Amino acid sequence: MKLFEYQGKQLFEKYSISVPKGKIVEKESELSDFVFPCILKAQVLIGGRGKAGGIKTGENINDAKEKLSQILQMSIKGFPVKKVLVEEKVRIKKELYLSITLDRSKRMPLLMMSGEGGMDIESVSDNLIFKEWIHPFIGIQPFHIKNILSKLKLGKDEEKELGQVISNIYKLFRNYDCELVEINPLIISNEGKIFALDSKVIINDDALYRHSDIIAENEELTSLEKEAKEKGIVFIQLEGNIGVIANGAGLTMATLDALTHYEGKAGVFLDLGGTDDPEKVKQAFQLMKKAKPKVILLNLFGGITKCDTVAKGVSAVISSEGIDCPIITRIKGCNEGVAKDILKDAGLFTAESLQDAAKKSSEMAGR
Amino acid sequence: MPIFVDKKTKVMVQGATGHQGQFHIGEMIHFGTRVVAGVTPGKSGETVYGVPVFNSARDAVTETQANTTLVLVPARFAKDAVFEALDAGIQTVVVITENIPFHDAMEFVHYTKYKGAVLIGPNCPGIASPGNKAKVGILPSGIFLKGHVGVASRSGTLTYEIVNSLSERDIGQSTCVGLGGDPIIGTSFIEALDAFEKDKETKAIVLVGEIGGTAEEDAAEHITKHISKPVFAFIAGRTAPPGKRMGHAGAIIARGKGTAESKIKAFEKADVKLAKFPTDIADLVEKFV
Repeated sequence: MKLFEYQGKQLFEKYSISVPKGKIVEKESELSDFVFPCILKAQVLIGGRGKAGGIKTGENINDAKEKLSQILQMSIKGFPVKKVLVEEKVRIKKELYLSITLDRSKRMPLLMMSGEGGMDIESVSDNLIFKEWIHPFIGIQPFHIKNILSKLKLGKDEEKELGQVISNIYKLFRNYDCELVEINPLIISNEGKIFALDSKVIINDDALYRHSDIIAENEELTSLEKEAKEKGIVFIQLEGNIGVIANGAGLTMATLDALTHYEGKAGVFLDLGGTDDPEKVKQAFQLMKKAKPKVILLNLFGGITKCDTVAKGVSAVISSEGIDCPIITRIKGCNEGVAKDILKDAGLFTAESLQDAAKKSSEMAGR
Repeated sequence: MPIFVDKKTKVMVQGATGHQGQFHIGEMIHFGTRVVAGVTPGKSGETVYGVPVFNSARDAVTETQANTTLVLVPARFAKDAVFEALDAGIQTVVVITENIPFHDAMEFVHYTKYKGAVLIGPNCPGIASPGNKAKVGILPSGIFLKGHVGVASRSGTLTYEIVNSLSERDIGQSTCVGLGGDPIIGTSFIEALDAFEKDKETKAIVLVGEIGGTAEEDAAEHITKHISKPVFAFIAGRTAPPGKRMGHAGAIIARGKGTAESKIKAFEKADVKLAKFPTDIADLVEKFV
């Protein structure tokens, strides 16, 4: 789960990483006791808000009120701005980049730091990014910090304070089950103090159960995606008009790919997983119906889950829920013959191969 | 000689008495696997399909000399279960459980290395070796046929689909290993490729990859340097949008990394034959055979 900037900064403060003085504001009256100039930052879970005009400077109280109302009316890449973080303006001497993420190949946390802060890290050339892999059994050690700091060429006091920040950010990464902790920029102020000016924190969804202080807002999800998540169904809304239901993540992705091959566009990715539970099948179709696809493509491989069990569930749901868009099915595996008969009797189109099913669905959706 | 599991494999099942545990113990025994013990705390003395259940991994290993474990316990108990099994002397750990926090996986993967053991998964369907009549996992038995193609995959049902299409063409398999759909897995394509390269039964290798991470790119580089056997591959997720987690925790294009395009390019460069649709793998392998 992605955290908002202000939530990330609350965690930073908990780990003794300084952030500019600030508060969350939702209406004009909350601005009165502020010191100006201030920075107003839209709280959205999507990158590129600066370019979209979501970050503004308030020179005085009236200016700040005007900028605040502008930002609160914005919608950035489809995400409406509900909260604005207002912070004191810090004078910047140097901008740095600091992050910890997971290196999947090495199966270890990867610490990255650069003297080129404030810009998109992907645009920074590789020889200017300094990396340390941290074995989880030893954690962050003085030598990791020394290796990184020796490349940044800072003053002694700055090095000492920065070393503490690096050490603390690693603790935060591990203690909060993070996928990513990024500070860009991490700045040294004119007064020689270190502040995190931004925060990007992603917490591993699977570990949220042990962080009860983090409130799962799931702001980046659509309302249907939220509903699905509560029911434990993998459901992703996409741009197209074909609703794809398959069992297993890989097979569902392969079904999307096949559609694209025939110029069809998937509007929903629904992974049934390993279930043949009629209740789950029913919930899946109910959600799909709400997404209003033009065509539904059902692609199943029956292994442990028997094809006919799922087919029975599907045929029951279609009659009880009154799903009226065309449904193309392709079913393969254990008891597929019986399953096909059940689906045919329910009035569904049964394709012989994934290619046939994808072609047919694309044609029907394109009409 | 097949890889990861063979006739000497003696399987213990952690989480033996639950619905899944009971069902798959039966399925594995039917496949020919030697299932020797179950572990469920507080259920010592019970049996599942005649297999004795113990309170702890240590008791199970002491009494039955189990050398392999199948982990079916819920996500929040998985780390403890894996540590317990490794400490009891288990040499091969297969973790089926989905939704394990990846920080936990990171810890038990490194502990596995420290113990000199092998870990498959998490979030995987397990391993099946049709030639040796050994299966440690939840893969459907009916799809397999004894033969010479080694299959390694990051996905479940998609693998069943591909294996099934091979068997329908009379192309049998030596070993099929599901590596898992999580961002951190114990055994990746590289380790699987090395095992297949050494294995005399395996004459061709099929890899089933997907978006997310760089396991396929790493594999491509490894193939160029170290693998002499022909390799075939399918990559799922060519049309997945960036930033969305496509069902598997590990299937996500993050910060420009992990695209299907990059993986396909890497495989092409390594002379790996790529299938456009899952079942096309069988066509490609058939031409080779």
